[in-house]
Amino acid sequence: MKAAAFSLPFPRARQRVLPGFGLSLGISLTFVSLVLLLPLTGLVGQLSGLSLAEYWAIISEGRVVASYVTTIGAAAVAAVINAIFGLLLAWVLVRYDFPGKRLLDALMDLPFALPTAVAGITLATLYSSSGWMGKALAPLGIEVAYTWIGIALAMAFTSIPFVVRTVQPILEDLPGEIDEAAMALGARDGVAFRRVILPHLWPALVTGTGLAFVRSLGEFGAVIFIAGNMPYETEITSLMIFVKLQEYDYVGASAIASVVLATSLILLLAINLWQGRFIRRLHGGS
Amino acid sequence: MQRIGDAPVLRRTLIGAAVALAALFLLLPLVAIFAQAFAKGLGGFWSNVSDTYTLSAIGLTLFITVLTIPVNLVFGVMLAWLVTRFQFPGRRLLQTLIDIPFAISPVVAGLVYLLLYGRNGWVGGWLDAHDIQLMFAWPGILMVTIFVTCPFVARELIPLMQAQGSREEEAAVTLGASGFTLFRRVTLPNIRWALLYGVILTNARAVGEFGAVSVVSGAIRGETNTLPLHVELLYQDYNTVGAFASAALLALIALFTLAAKAGLEWRATRREASA
Amino acid sequence: MSPLPFVRRTFTASIVAAGLGIGFATPAMAAERELLNSSYDIARELFAEINPAFKEHWEANHDDTLTIKQSHGGSSAQARAILQGLRADVVTYNQVTDVQVLADAGLVAEDWQAQLPNNASPYYSTTAFLVRKGNPKGIESWADLAKEDVELVFPNPKTSGNGRYTYLAAWGAAERTFDGDEQKIKDFMRTFLGNVKVFDTGGRGATTSFIERGIGDVLISFESEVNNIRQEYGSDDYEVIVPPVSILAEFPVAVVGENAERNGNTELAQDYLDYLYSEEAQRLLAGFNYRVHDEAVVEEFSDQFPETELFEVQDVFGGWDQAMETHFESGGMLDQLQRR
Repeated sequence: MKAAAFSLPFPRARQRVLPGFGLSLGISLTFVSLVLLLPLTGLVGQLSGLSLAEYWAIISEGRVVASYVTTIGAAAVAAVINAIFGLLLAWVLVRYDFPGKRLLDALMDLPFALPTAVAGITLATLYSSSGWMGKALAPLGIEVAYTWIGIALAMAFTSIPFVVRTVQPILEDLPGEIDEAAMALGARDGVAFRRVILPHLWPALVTGTGLAFVRSLGEFGAVIFIAGNMPYETEITSLMIFVKLQEYDYVGASAIASVVLATSLILLLAINLWQGRFIRRLHGGS
Repeated sequence: MQRIGDAPVLRRTLIGAAVALAALFLLLPLVAIFAQAFAKGLGGFWSNVSDTYTLSAIGLTLFITVLTIPVNLVFGVMLAWLVTRFQFPGRRLLQTLIDIPFAISPVVAGLVYLLLYGRNGWVGGWLDAHDIQLMFAWPGILMVTIFVTCPFVARELIPLMQAQGSREEEAAVTLGASGFTLFRRVTLPNIRWALLYGVILTNARAVGEFGAVSVVSGAIRGETNTLPLHVELLYQDYNTVGAFASAALLALIALFTLAAKAGLEWRATRREASA
Repeated sequence: MSPLPFVRRTFTASIVAAGLGIGFATPAMAAERELLNSSYDIARELFAEINPAFKEHWEANHDDTLTIKQSHGGSSAQARAILQGLRADVVTYNQVTDVQVLADAGLVAEDWQAQLPNNASPYYSTTAFLVRKGNPKGIESWADLAKEDVELVFPNPKTSGNGRYTYLAAWGAAERTFDGDEQKIKDFMRTFLGNVKVFDTGGRGATTSFIERGIGDVLISFESEVNNIRQEYGSDDYEVIVPPVSILAEFPVAVVGENAERNGNTELAQDYLDYLYSEEAQRLLAGFNYRVHDEAVVEEFSDQFPETELFEVQDVFGGWDQAMETHFESGGMLDQLQRR
């Protein structure tokens, strides 16, 4: 198998005990190249005709920059909401038994399962001034639909499962003795949680929140219906890409898309490195 | 055993807060979809669902999903095995690469496929000359669906397999187990819940994908119109009941898979408890 | 018809191709013919009525069984799909520019606008207003839309052809009012755009904002649309205002020559478009509140369409290419007016 050539630089003989290196490497690399990387060459191809100055002019145009601010701001708010809410949900789902728990657990995956456009239409219906939620919030002076709050809400909705589903398994694996020790020492709940539990959850929470944030940066379908799309105020970057496409400007669309893509990939790489460090620490080094 | 957060008042507050938030944030939209779908009664719902074009959209969506799952299942298992059982340079990069579909906006995902395989793309030009049509036909929809759903299985498996380590498997190999036996007898039982969950997520996303599919579908009714696209079409058409009826079907498919997962988990925990 | 036509059609091909992951376009058979019409998003119900009528008309004169397939979406997105290989035989759009893009790429005949009567536009409309019951803000003309307390809803001109018409109509009307004084026109346009409450990406989104969300005093859209909306959502709650001066909105149609030839549908495609000019089809079109050219039908529906002066994009803006370049491209007039 061609993968044998790759085995040379690895000193650790232990790794060779398990079978399937060649097969899994072959399939994984073929898949990643064909499905993930090859299509991206299309994007690079579009950009290759641009000079650096032209590229910069497209991605630094005032309205586009305003859309970065809106998108990142709303995604950050959504991520913070999700970190708190997601942690609460994961905690309740793992630590307590109560009627309807299974239903609540199943409900967590709903945002993944619902087409984003449906989510967008539904949220816009609910939170507009004539919707159920909109009516309830209006007396408090809170306007959700067509403001950046609406954008953050839609982003939070589509990405909440990332946090819950990343934190949940870690919390399940935490041994009970940790709690016991803390409680035996007479620590109060809040303190014990912060001192004993949170350090273990922290990496998973950051990972989940990070994934949620990245997901929010690229979201289009769910946001567009509730955003209002006012220039400089409630336009998201995905809309800018969409606008360029409407103008048959593939190059412009690709340029803005490349900014989002690069940002997301860097964030993901950072998350993965962080996660790797955490796992190694958990298992006492590799 | 006294655990953190077991005090009755705190416990009730936290459960109450979680349930209330989930109800407002997640359940309410679901209820709203069904309320709209049945706004004109059961008859209105049924006449929309049994419409020829809706049925064909359901058929196409299920067809694409059924083809997507095995592809991503095999890839996900292979990739997880590779990155958790072997050390090699570029391992971390490979792990990040499979997150590309998470990082990329679905519309852009559809666009890159179109730029490559469309008539003006460098592969698409050749295909067009040979009268092979991938984009604006079901193969194109399948391709982008595989693209957007490929991280789910791998992402579920990797942390679990990493945490479990490979000691059991190494022991089995030492005892002379062959590759396939090893996987079936040792690895699979350990990862089956994560695997199942990965499949469920893949299924859910494949059924519901909108952005990427909308770019490559061509939206030919009765032929390349998937259920999520059909929802949008009906909505554009002032047929709110029809749009939400189709949306409710999608929600039902989602709920059904989630229920199946919950059911399987419950049976497994009961079996473990009785053993 | 089988409920799963796509499976029937592609199943054999999929068995052959499953291993390769490749699908084949099935060529049209002699006895069973298919025509694909690529159209704009809100035309679904319109063609759902026209297609069966044409099918009857065609089958009466030919031995074939005809299936007309429809593809609907935003007009620009639809044209993009054809550029990238969607094999549509004919296009029926609401934007001249989107057909022109296809002509520039050589897919549609260069002189397509001369090939059919009325600039290849079998029906037309204009931009009109939908206001709430009793017209509380007293909206009668474009000038009224720049008043201080008037809130507007119309789709984003950057993403929607409908929105572009609205923008150009307002500009053209202002040009008359201010007799071409560019500074005054710009001031008017700035106030006009400033009054917009929500910029939805498409016409349907704007309608939802206005009707279901209760946002704004005026919804601006095609006359055909505002009439359809009023019929749909209750004629007691809304009123249609057709301003005395507005823009001519054409709905261009064309044969996608290269595709039709490839599909063996050249004659069929041409016949389909010709049919849209027939009295029968024009009556159906008028039923959907589009203005038509057939004299008998015009007479019949005269109550429905108030007399109004319509200016053309060609006359005021020097054609669509010019209008797009001056007003809508990045850094163009629209961007300048919205800049802060």
